[in-house]
Amino acid sequence: MIVETGHYALALALAVALLQSVLPLWGTRSGDSELTSIAVPAAITQFLLLGYAFAALTYAHVVSDFSLVTVAENSLTTKPLVYKLAGVWGNHEGSMLLWVLILAAFGAAVAILGRGMAKELRANTLTVQGWISFAFLCFILFTSDPFVRRFPAPFEGQDLNPLLQDAGLAIHPPLLYLGYVGSSIVFSFAVAALISGRLDAAWARYVRPWILIAWIFLTLGIAMGSYWAYYTLGWGGFWFWDPVENASLMPWLAGTALLHSAAVMEKREALKIWTLFLAILTFSLSLLGTFLVRSGVLTSVHSFASDPTRGVFILIILSTFIGGSLALYAWRAPSLSQRGLFAPVSRESALAVNNLLLTACCATVLTGTLYPLALEALTGDKISVGAPFFNLTLGPLLALIVLLMPIGQSLAWKRGDLLGAAQRATVAALGGLVVALVLVAVIQGGPVLATVGLGLAVYLIVGSFADVISRIWARGQPIRVMLARAVGLPRSAWGAAIAHAGLGVTLMGLAATGWGVERIATVKLGQGIDLGPYQATIENLQSRQGPNYSEVLAYTVISRGGAAVATVEPAKRSFPVRQTTVSEAGIVTLGFGQIYISLGDQHADGSIDARMFWKPLVTAIWIGGVIMAFGGIVSLSDRRLRIGFARRAVRVRAAANPAAAPQAAE
Amino acid sequence: MTPLRRILLLSIVSAGLAPGLARAVQPDEVLPNPNLEARARDISAGLRCLVCQNQSIDDSKAEFARDLRLLVRERLNLGESDEQVRDFLVKRYGNFILLRPPLDLETTFLWGMPVLVLAAGGIALLFRLRRLQPTPAAPLSQAERDRLAPY
Repeated sequence: MIVETGHYALALALAVALLQSVLPLWGTRSGDSELTSIAVPAAITQFLLLGYAFAALTYAHVVSDFSLVTVAENSLTTKPLVYKLAGVWGNHEGSMLLWVLILAAFGAAVAILGRGMAKELRANTLTVQGWISFAFLCFILFTSDPFVRRFPAPFEGQDLNPLLQDAGLAIHPPLLYLGYVGSSIVFSFAVAALISGRLDAAWARYVRPWILIAWIFLTLGIAMGSYWAYYTLGWGGFWFWDPVENASLMPWLAGTALLHSAAVMEKREALKIWTLFLAILTFSLSLLGTFLVRSGVLTSVHSFASDPTRGVFILIILSTFIGGSLALYAWRAPSLSQRGLFAPVSRESALAVNNLLLTACCATVLTGTLYPLALEALTGDKISVGAPFFNLTLGPLLALIVLLMPIGQSLAWKRGDLLGAAQRATVAALGGLVVALVLVAVIQGGPVLATVGLGLAVYLIVGSFADVISRIWARGQPIRVMLARAVGLPRSAWGAAIAHAGLGVTLMGLAATGWGVERIATVKLGQGIDLGPYQATIENLQSRQGPNYSEVLAYTVISRGGAAVATVEPAKRSFPVRQTTVSEAGIVTLGFGQIYISLGDQHADGSIDARMFWKPLVTAIWIGGVIMAFGGIVSLSDRRLRIGFARRAVRVRAAANPAAAPQAAE
Repeated sequence: MTPLRRILLLSIVSAGLAPGLARAVQPDEVLPNPNLEARARDISAGLRCLVCQNQSIDDSKAEFARDLRLLVRERLNLGESDEQVRDFLVKRYGNFILLRPPLDLETTFLWGMPVLVLAAGGIALLFRLRRLQPTPAAPLSQAERDRLAPY
């Protein structure tokens, strides 16, 4: 019964989405404020209905209602509760429901928090949200209905794919979706601006917090997904340039560019048209990601053709939204007024160059991902585009971006002082050089690329704070004054510095892979294996029974200089229902590095195959991602950005030293 | 889009159905000569496991990948250069096996993309900057300069 009401709520949400996608726009076009004001209750109702539908599906998973096809195919009575909950979105149908739920949540958030916005802009934005929601609800109800029953219900379910039975499944997809779908709001704002023909700095202020929110979630989602793959897949890799990963990286690159161009638009009313384009592009790439992953087109062009219903449906949604919005853009954008002059040496043009480089990265990932498909479809020739291609093409672009970041950050708006900025960057560059030289001296040699990379990382981290420090520090000033200045600096300046430093931290982790140690060996019990400064010894093997699996684990002692520092238990798990064996890597974090052990086959003489790594500084890769997201949150707390959320809060500005934060340098 | 790596994971699961727990590079494959082994790893990382979604043979657990890894090591043991090993495999399986596609007529656009975007965007930006360049204030006339002279 609960399941049926959930199904009904889903259908009702479709009807509400239809209302939401027609009436408010009609209202704003005809000047009927009654119709315009329908947008807000419609968006909230839609969220409540979808929330109910999602809760009903969750209920079915929790009580193991195997008469539902999605539950029977992905659950098991003995599956731990947390995976029953996460398993709701561990399959196609449920994940699509989560997708529209988050879409509706963003819509409701704009409806509730956007009271300070212009009424027309809010109504039009919610209208566009209604279109997206309508399209995806149709997709769910007609091709991917999670509430389909099957009678007689099977006695037991087929269990969830063992590799997905992990805390990662509980966290990663929701984060990633919040990032993907968050960009839909930005898209809706852009299309609303194109419809009404009004695009000003206020628009940029309203939209900027949403760009930031989507970006924060996407950053966390990607970092989280990378760490999940790292510890689950068992060979110690953390980024595979897989099309599915590229699908999440592209909106991130476009979203990062958008974040920066929206800053220019807000401050200087320049790059307006380009900002709109990026907003459309970011969501289009999110949609493309959905299409790439959901249609099966990635496996091969032919698998797409063999089961085309879903693929064709998504392709129609994709071409309608991307094609439609780009057509609208081509039609309306030229009529929007372009303003804002800027000098070649200024913060604005530095940000324009940032956009150019990020767009080049994004275009490279996009062509790399789709080129094999296109080529095969056109000529029948098959080629592969994998990690070596991406490393070779994106490496130099990333290096260039990193080199320019501290300089651009130190430039003032309108007209900057290149010499001054370069001087500030020089301090950072010296820091990087010193670290690189010390490394060369201490390690004597070592991989060139890793040394250069680490030097670059230090340069970026130091350089990220160069601007902030130069605005705080003044010779002869008491500490108290400098602290007051630090507090008085706009949070967005701190946020930018922190996020940039986060990238530096990630880069540090990436560079340090060059000093990693890997051992592939058949190990006897009690035999010590050297891993960099550590030694790993498998003491014994034990069998253990889990709720829906059985496992063999290797009790391993990690020691340094003869003294034990940690123990770790890598394991091999067998899931009888799915007849699969998974290797559960044993990972122990020592400082910022990790020992990573994954098990292979056992031999008759008691020895076991193992792959062991010492990965110095490897955690910096993900810590950097978290720092980036934290920078985003700090920036989000900036006073002027909250205006987009709510009515301007009456708040006394912290007594900042007016000389400390000249407007031009903000 | 469920989990980011779902398809990848699934392909591994299906590859993992091979008897026992097949894994990427196994101890019995490792060559005694560390130099040769390092070269083998390096070559393997650039070769696609043809039966997998998007993995190099160095990462893949599939039987096919193991066979190829052994083949690469065999050829290296025969004293072939890295290039010769790769050429041999390309002759056998086509360019599809190379994770870094060669630059030829078919891939011009692929390799040219970053340069193309940078060039097109750079030119567009330069034009805009020139067009938007605020015109410098007109120089003072002689009369004005004369009036300013006392200051």
